[in-house]
Amino acid sequence: MSARSTADAVRAGERSARSVVEEHLAAIDAREDEIHAFNLVMADEALTQADDVDRRIAEGEDPGPLAGVPVALKDNLCTRGIDTTCGSRILEGWRPPYDATAVERLVAAGAVVIGKTNCDEFAMGSSTENSAFGPTRNPLDTSRVPGGSSGGSAAAVAAGFAPLALGSDTGGSIRQPAALCGTVGVKPTYGRVSRYGLVAFGSSLDQVGPFAASVEDAALLLEAIGGHDPRDSTSIPEASPDLLGVLGQGVEGLRIGIISELMGGPDQAASVEGIAEDVRARVEQAAEALAAAGATVEHASVPSTIYGLSAYYLIAPAEASSNLARFDGVRFGLRVDADTAPEMNTATRTAGFGDEVKRRIMLGTYALSAGYYDAYYGRSQKVRTLIQRDFSRAYESFDLLLSPTAPTTAFPLGDKTDDPMLMYLADVCTIPSNLAGHPAMSVPFGTGDDGLPVGVQVLAPALAEATMFRAAAVLEGTAP
Amino acid sequence: MSDQALIPGWEVVIGLEVHAELATVTKMFSSALNRFGGEPNTNIDPVSLGLPGSLPVLNEKAVELAIRVGLALDCVIQPSVFSRKNYFYPDMPKDFQISQYDLPINGIGSLELPDGRRIGIERAHLEEDTGKSTHVGGGGRIHEAGHSLIDYNRSGVPLIEIVSAPDMRGAEDARAYVSELRSILVAIGASDGKMEEGSMRVDCNVSVRRQGTTELGTRCEVKNINSLRSMGRAIEYEARRQVDLLESGERVQQQTRHWNEDDGRTHKLRSKEEAYDYRYFPEPDLVPVEPSEEWIAEIRAALPMLPRERRRRLADAAGVEPSDTALTVQRGMDDLAVDAIAAGADAERVLVHVENNLADGAGELTAAPFAALVAMETGGDLTATQAKTVLADLVASGGDPAAHAAAHGFEAMDTSELEALVDRIIAQHPDDWDGFVGGDDKERRKKAGFFVGQVMKATRGQADGRIVNELLAQRADGQGA
Amino acid sequence: MPEKPRLNREDVAHVADLARLALTDDELDAFTGQLADVLDHAADLEALDLDGVPPMANPLPLVNVLRLDEPEPGTRADIRAEVLDAAPSVEDGRFRVPPVLGEAP
Ligand SMILES: [Mg+2]
Ligand SMILES: [Zn+2]
Repeated sequence: MSARSTADAVRAGERSARSVVEEHLAAIDAREDEIHAFNLVMADEALTQADDVDRRIAEGEDPGPLAGVPVALKDNLCTRGIDTTCGSRILEGWRPPYDATAVERLVAAGAVVIGKTNCDEFAMGSSTENSAFGPTRNPLDTSRVPGGSSGGSAAAVAAGFAPLALGSDTGGSIRQPAALCGTVGVKPTYGRVSRYGLVAFGSSLDQVGPFAASVEDAALLLEAIGGHDPRDSTSIPEASPDLLGVLGQGVEGLRIGIISELMGGPDQAASVEGIAEDVRARVEQAAEALAAAGATVEHASVPSTIYGLSAYYLIAPAEASSNLARFDGVRFGLRVDADTAPEMNTATRTAGFGDEVKRRIMLGTYALSAGYYDAYYGRSQKVRTLIQRDFSRAYESFDLLLSPTAPTTAFPLGDKTDDPMLMYLADVCTIPSNLAGHPAMSVPFGTGDDGLPVGVQVLAPALAEATMFRAAAVLEGTAP
Repeated sequence: MSDQALIPGWEVVIGLEVHAELATVTKMFSSALNRFGGEPNTNIDPVSLGLPGSLPVLNEKAVELAIRVGLALDCVIQPSVFSRKNYFYPDMPKDFQISQYDLPINGIGSLELPDGRRIGIERAHLEEDTGKSTHVGGGGRIHEAGHSLIDYNRSGVPLIEIVSAPDMRGAEDARAYVSELRSILVAIGASDGKMEEGSMRVDCNVSVRRQGTTELGTRCEVKNINSLRSMGRAIEYEARRQVDLLESGERVQQQTRHWNEDDGRTHKLRSKEEAYDYRYFPEPDLVPVEPSEEWIAEIRAALPMLPRERRRRLADAAGVEPSDTALTVQRGMDDLAVDAIAAGADAERVLVHVENNLADGAGELTAAPFAALVAMETGGDLTATQAKTVLADLVASGGDPAAHAAAHGFEAMDTSELEALVDRIIAQHPDDWDGFVGGDDKERRKKAGFFVGQVMKATRGQADGRIVNELLAQRADGQGA
Repeated sequence: MPEKPRLNREDVAHVADLARLALTDDELDAFTGQLADVLDHAADLEALDLDGVPPMANPLPLVNVLRLDEPEPGTRADIRAEVLDAAPSVEDGRFRVPPVLGEAP
């Protein structure tokens, strides 16, 4: 049952929020041990919240468009009084004294928070193997990763633990796991969803966004969490977009471009490498489906996207190195004692952070350090400008762009853990949108040769989520 | 300026960095109160504690106050960007400070000292304050403390950092600069400027060079200065230390040094090589600040008169040099003085009273009675001593100076009565009179004092000393002729 | 591959120090190789002509996002008890840390 029909049934008094939550808790009971989607299942709290929704309905109130719908939250979203770990030992047991804005809005829309989902530590990773609390497995094939870093949220939706989940996407951390788990995943325009209460990774890139089993449910969730928030200086001063209203409009007359540089293959002159043949074939098939639905589909060039990965792996770690300095053992979270404050900082951070986090902190520190700033961070910021300009140029001719979401289908656990650079390549198609600040989403479109899902990425200019969702709805309807 | 050559043959070069807390209601980046000193960790919120997930949002008032400072210092007001200054320290909750780096809100400007000289301002930028550490054990000394306790009430309080050019040449200059800056900050309502309470903090960059040379010497930054007095001492100590090094053939190392009030010395904190690598980069959680022309004009229009304008206004009214009006303006009595002069009072007497007799404030004194009092004094109705007494009455309770004078029984003596008295006293003290008439300058001054004293005694202070002196001179001239 | 390594063990030891991380010798070796790989990959940026291209710190063109100088009513500022409860060490309502040694910069 979709989130939308569940909410409608609960609002109409046709079924209780409690029964909805119980049904999902049962699903969690059945498979969570095997999948490990959650760091925390909030069974008691969820039932209490559900009862509250039921009581309000009994009293004639409307709890909102997400009435009684369980939502799983990535464990880097602050929840007041509830453990928020970011998948890290350094925050184990930490309970924030406040809720993230996105969480506040969910609750205000009647949703029920059912748990905190596992993720790569501080959202750094593409497989959810970097969690201090163990990996999450792909519900479709438990020998495979769910993608990352929001792998727990993707797995929770794919396994039916929750109809909706929130993740965060800095370089693809919603879209790539959505693709690998066969769900819909959306990275909104930078600034569309408040970052207040999202534990920062790369502040100029981070966006909170939805996971859902359908395009419609993703639209429902994004509508609920989007819109201006005065607590986030980078929040776009506009109301949340109307998405549900446009889903049926189709793509007739839209101009859609396939990004040549992100398709790989022998016929592409300048393209990223590593795009699997079966993935490319599905994207081409998706393009045909859109053409069949009335869109004009052509190849498009966004030349500097091939530099996205390099720029991203300097910018994001640089920002992270600064954002993660506050985990110093002074005010919250883990402390490993020592004789002096600097030694205490070092002991705490050394014990509290995993290898991938240390790697990125050091990389970012290096990129910002005296004598290297211009060559690394400064240069990458200029590349960011190039990428945004190239996109703008492409959007003069196209309404939307298309690419694979991830280069391959879900890969086996342990496959890339020894080679960070290989792991980073999993984000090659998703990173450019973060650098440009544009929205993009992944829609499941058939499977690869291994029978595992392939995601097609729909990219749109800033604030054009509505157009993006129209195409996503068509793809969903025509997926093989 | 007075000769400040503290050390013969050498010139001291000083540039100052002044941090002043801005007088806002809430913090720079959050709605927690800008108030500290009370119960620890009460004016905090997720932002001022740097909790994970918290985000800064800039206080409009802090920007407005910064612009006021910029306008008062004739700075270029420009588009600005906040950056992160990264360093680990427990009182800095995010382990980075949000500050303005390469693009400060206020660019080049200048500050005019009371003597008319201008000290260059390189920039005046916005940044956030840190929390406060208390070092427990080891007598509160940082190096010997057993542990430290941190209160984040001050964390996130808005600061303006005003960086001067190296335009000062001695402790006197530095004192004049800081006093003037403080007067400006207070006048425009930007800060309370209380150095002793830490709401205004000064770091001094000190270097020395041989007199007559123009190249800047290697400088040291001196920190931990808590009063104007210690600033002067620290500058003098540091300049002497550097000259001693150079005169003994050594070199000055670029260092950050710590002023120790107890031993009266500066101590090395760290060398240039040990300087922090702050890894500045633009703060991604904030957007640029680009104050519009209209906003700047609005702020300018609402700016009160600055100390330098007040000095000039009073100087024009009084027909003196602006530097002669500095104390009156500093005491905030220039409105009173200007109004009293406008009401016809003698400007010189007005300034003398403000400088000598109103150190503790003007109390109930207003311009019209002040002017009336001065008129009585210059008209010969009151002696200087009597005027001072009546002035004190006006300060204490206001009212009419004539009434106060009458209550004291002060009446103008008629001159013929005074002449008779003077002649009588001369006759009673022939030896002293000889000394007055025939003595050298010193003796004559001494005897003048004697006779005026006798007259005052006889009149219970009601005679006008000036007139008595004139009469004595007339009588002596008459004899000498 | 570049002729000269883009960073060496000493560089990594230095950044670890700046970032307050302690590394074993083995970790130092491993991280040096991995970070050099990332920087080698990023060498593709060196060929780009970026003259006159402005750096982009933030993808949005927003400016002047300001809040009124007013205290916020409600609970967000009233978190003292929760925060002190959750702190690793507290004394007299303040956060307790081992001696800090040096002055703040
Ligand atoms: Mg400074
Ligand atoms: Zn400063």
